[in-house]
Amino acid sequence: MVSRSVAPAEEVVWAELATIPDPEIPAISVVDLGVIGSVKVDDEAIRVELLPTFVGCPAIGVMQQQIGERLASLQMGRVEVEVTFDPPWTSDRITPAGRERLRLSGFAPPRLAPTPASAGLDELSVLTLAECPYCGSTNTTMENAFGPTLCRAIYHCADCRQPFEQFKRV
Amino acid sequence: MTASLPELDLEAREALAELLLSVADDEFVIGFWDSEWTGIAPMLEEDVATSSIAQDEIGHAKALYELLAELTDDDPDRIAYGRDAPAFRHAALINHARGDWAFSVARRYLYETADRTRLAALAESSHEPLALLAGKMRREETYHLLHADAWRRRLAEAPGGTRSRFADALRRLWPDAQEVFAPLPREEILVREGMLPQSMDELHGAWQAEVRPVLEPLTGPLPEATPSAGGRERRTADFAWLHGEFTKVAGAEVGALW
Repeated sequence: MVSRSVAPAEEVVWAELATIPDPEIPAISVVDLGVIGSVKVDDEAIRVELLPTFVGCPAIGVMQQQIGERLASLQMGRVEVEVTFDPPWTSDRITPAGRERLRLSGFAPPRLAPTPASAGLDELSVLTLAECPYCGSTNTTMENAFGPTLCRAIYHCADCRQPFEQFKRV
Repeated sequence: MTASLPELDLEAREALAELLLSVADDEFVIGFWDSEWTGIAPMLEEDVATSSIAQDEIGHAKALYELLAELTDDDPDRIAYGRDAPAFRHAALINHARGDWAFSVARRYLYETADRTRLAALAESSHEPLALLAGKMRREETYHLLHADAWRRRLAEAPGGTRSRFADALRRLWPDAQEVFAPLPREEILVREGMLPQSMDELHGAWQAEVRPVLEPLTGPLPEATPSAGGRERRTADFAWLHGEFTKVAGAEVGALW
């Protein structure tokens, strides 16, 4: 993620957010997942913009609630967590640390090929091979572009014969 | 050039509402048809894929109903579950029951290609919340289109009965598929204001130019077909049944809090 220049109160909020896990893949925090669009703190309220990974992600309500509760415990005023598509979340927003945590939990991180969200997605590029998170082989095949949650695809590694999931590029 | 809500006059708001409703209803109803395959798809991996696609589509509908509800001061759940069947505005293509697997693949291919053409235009809409959402949806829909296209190739190259069954489904759905581009009420306002950057007629031409060369080697020449003014108003017994299903729980206790 790009470096931010932040006021101290906002630092506190970002630090708290960094300890909140993603409800579906708890190994990664909501900050490392890149779903926190912005944090603003003034005398009245903490305002957080939350960017859904997928439009229909059913975890978004849970995230909204967890963030609201945790930030309320900071006792820095009212907490507003707004869901927005501005800017749209893309998988390029996952931080390098987040990508490493995904890999350590058995998920191949999405292919990194930053493009503006407005540019759409090249159809063939979403099919490029994923690197096996267990043995590092690229001798892998996509078994299903759709997995147990909207954001995950299913792969198989031909070298270590291990099935694994990839966080989809989107 | 951004048309924000307060700047839109009543007529423009009504026109925008019709546009949002048409896309939302397409996604919502096809999502419910897709969900009919959950548990009974021809392969396990397809069970997962079709269910996931259905969830995506209903999620897109939810986001669009929320934009619409903001515009018309309504409730997204009421729009989704509180309307009678004739008030839905999905294209005639999406009236049909899921049919067999070949029929579902044929519809999905026709819809996904049309939806891609439409979303590319909406991603450039002057109504910024719609442009942002369409841009986001478009990236997710890439996966749906790849899935539909992989199945199109598979069925088109299959031997004998499978191939002809798929070709029959495409020919049967072809006239209704045009209706994804049925002219919208007050469309001229949408185009003038840049909310719909290209007319439905222009989008229809672009879509036909893309899909005819792909389909005709399989189906033979497809008839000249144009979208009709009522292409989003015809409802069928199939849809009346589905509507009864998806409103059953919400209708059992109107106004209940879940």
